[in-house]
Amino acid sequence: MAGATAPTLGAAERSAAPVPEWLEVVGIRVGAGVAALAIGAIFLAATGHDPWTAYREMAVGALGSPYAIEQTMIKAIPLMLTGLGVALAFTMGLWNIGAEGQLVAGALAASWLALTASTLPAPVMLPGLILLGAAGGAAWAFIPAVLKAFVGVNEIISTLMLNYVALLWVDYLVFGSWSDPTAFSFPYSRPFPEQAHFPTLVGDIHIGLVFALIAALALAALLQRTHWGYEIRTIGASLPAARYAGMRVRRNVLLVMAASGALAGLAGVGEVSGVIHRIQQGLSPGYGFTAIIVAWVARLNPWAVVLVAVLFAALLNGGFVIQTAGVPAAIAYMIQAFVLFLVLASEYLLRRVRRRRALARMRAVLEVGR
Amino acid sequence: MTPDQVIALLAVTVVTGTPLIFAGVGELLAERSGVLNLGIEGMMLVGAVSGFAVAAATRNPWLAVLTAMAAGGAVAAGHALLTVTLGTEQVTTGLALALFGTGLSAFLGKPFIGIPNPVPFRAVPLPGLSQLPVLGPVFFRQDLLVYSSYVLIALAWWWIYRTRPGLHLRACGESPETADAMGVDVTAMRYGAVIVGGALAGLAGAYLSLAYTPAWTENMTAGLGWIAIALVIFSTWNPLRLLAGAYLFGAADALGFRVQLLGVETSSILLRMLPYLFTLVVLVLLNALRRQSLVPAALGRPYFREE
Repeated sequence: MAGATAPTLGAAERSAAPVPEWLEVVGIRVGAGVAALAIGAIFLAATGHDPWTAYREMAVGALGSPYAIEQTMIKAIPLMLTGLGVALAFTMGLWNIGAEGQLVAGALAASWLALTASTLPAPVMLPGLILLGAAGGAAWAFIPAVLKAFVGVNEIISTLMLNYVALLWVDYLVFGSWSDPTAFSFPYSRPFPEQAHFPTLVGDIHIGLVFALIAALALAALLQRTHWGYEIRTIGASLPAARYAGMRVRRNVLLVMAASGALAGLAGVGEVSGVIHRIQQGLSPGYGFTAIIVAWVARLNPWAVVLVAVLFAALLNGGFVIQTAGVPAAIAYMIQAFVLFLVLASEYLLRRVRRRRALARMRAVLEVGR
Repeated sequence: MTPDQVIALLAVTVVTGTPLIFAGVGELLAERSGVLNLGIEGMMLVGAVSGFAVAAATRNPWLAVLTAMAAGGAVAAGHALLTVTLGTEQVTTGLALALFGTGLSAFLGKPFIGIPNPVPFRAVPLPGLSQLPVLGPVFFRQDLLVYSSYVLIALAWWWIYRTRPGLHLRACGESPETADAMGVDVTAMRYGAVIVGGALAGLAGAYLSLAYTPAWTENMTAGLGWIAIALVIFSTWNPLRLLAGAYLFGAADALGFRVQLLGVETSSILLRMLPYLFTLVVLVLLNALRRQSLVPAALGRPYFREE
């Protein structure tokens, strides 16, 4: 079966797969999605909500009208950008859990420009917002990158700690020097001037969508077609191998974290300039955390991130809609986490079953050969 | 600061450090067995909300604490099932659990927002000990859960370093192959450590919603679970150093809040950044100063006998 070459464990494992790989990958995800919805239904029923009604209203609220689809797409934009950023870092084995903080840092940097240089004309303002936002996110991610590269500080904890710090900066500014004098101490900044509003494509969907798609294209090309992408993948797959091959790991930690943060920062600009047109407390309902699930379910594949981001945005949007019917929006977050659990569990289960079968088969072959 | 203010500050330090001790010992046990549990924050939140729900419904604080521990343990059992039995990647699984716990607690906690805990834990001065100068007001005029944290640290230290099962636990985290050869059931040991660890995280959450705040608010842990994980690194997996770390952190946090009362003109919002920045600084110093790694050698590595 293995031809002239000696059978390896990997080849034996693959030959044990009864269906093509892509079908299995998609199948597991669809199955996980359905099962997660079923588990969510049990939770809904157990807490006194009718799951069928809740799900129907979620679906209608997320996709049932042009307005609903528009709202879903608006929520998909930050999920795509943060999801792409997280996927890039994860590909290199860098646990950037700080997309939420980097999003906020990008929003802060852009808001600073919009609020302090409010008379700039749009042709200067808009590129300025985008550049500053990306730079803000990159700078926020650069802190844990430097700590990781030069001091060896675990990036999971450092990126997470910086999330809280970034969120508190927003509080500090919107209650302080940026506060809207007409908002009666609500946690809002002054509104942005007109020329700091992102142009829209269809309805309220802003040009952030174009940036997200360009980012997906760029990331796919980077990872699959460039030497740098090859380095990133190699470092992610095996750090000793990458070191042995002379790859500069430290430099890549700095660059990849900064790029990852820049994407999250762009998401932040999109939220303040494209959606709320000011900066406020709670400007992100945890996009940077949902991005982690999006990236994993998408297997860190940039185009799959775009697709999964839309589906998860629909779930989030549906969650917001059913809040008015008294169902906690958190049901959407629970279902998302369930999807990830089920994907993880089924993939590892399959891998173990195959490995065991392959081992048994190889042992049998060795017995015969003796 | 007057001596009385210093003593008050130290008493607050002990209270602030208490949830970190519970959660930190929980994480320490799991990591000593070789399983990284990044879901602590989620388990704390689930513990906080379920404990609060039971307190509100039954007005029995001890039943509330037990429920919180059971809930934290149940979520942790999910982590053990995935990481120990299936061998899933521990970082991803833990992150997923943290997010799940956040979502679940927000989902379950909706009806309890804005209700005060009807049966908060109150200070119970220990007869005799509470009369000691300085130590009395700092350590022995606290609530019963704080006292249990002292017992927990002593017990954890003794169990890990001075008993046979404790030795087996450490063996599972250092070299599961050796532990297996010694006749230790690695799977059972890891399940036990992760579940007990989750129960302690649930207890930490219950401390917040039943004694510290005492009320339920969404995301009320505000990163304490992650800080507990950082403290475990700081402690080099030793409960006594964990205690020191928790109080050091508690002191920094308490001092931040007290700065204003001392008449220093600062923003309370900026002071709330201190715990997170303090954690970062501690990690930086730790990495800069440490000579060799003391991490359990098999941390994060699944173990299957046949492979």
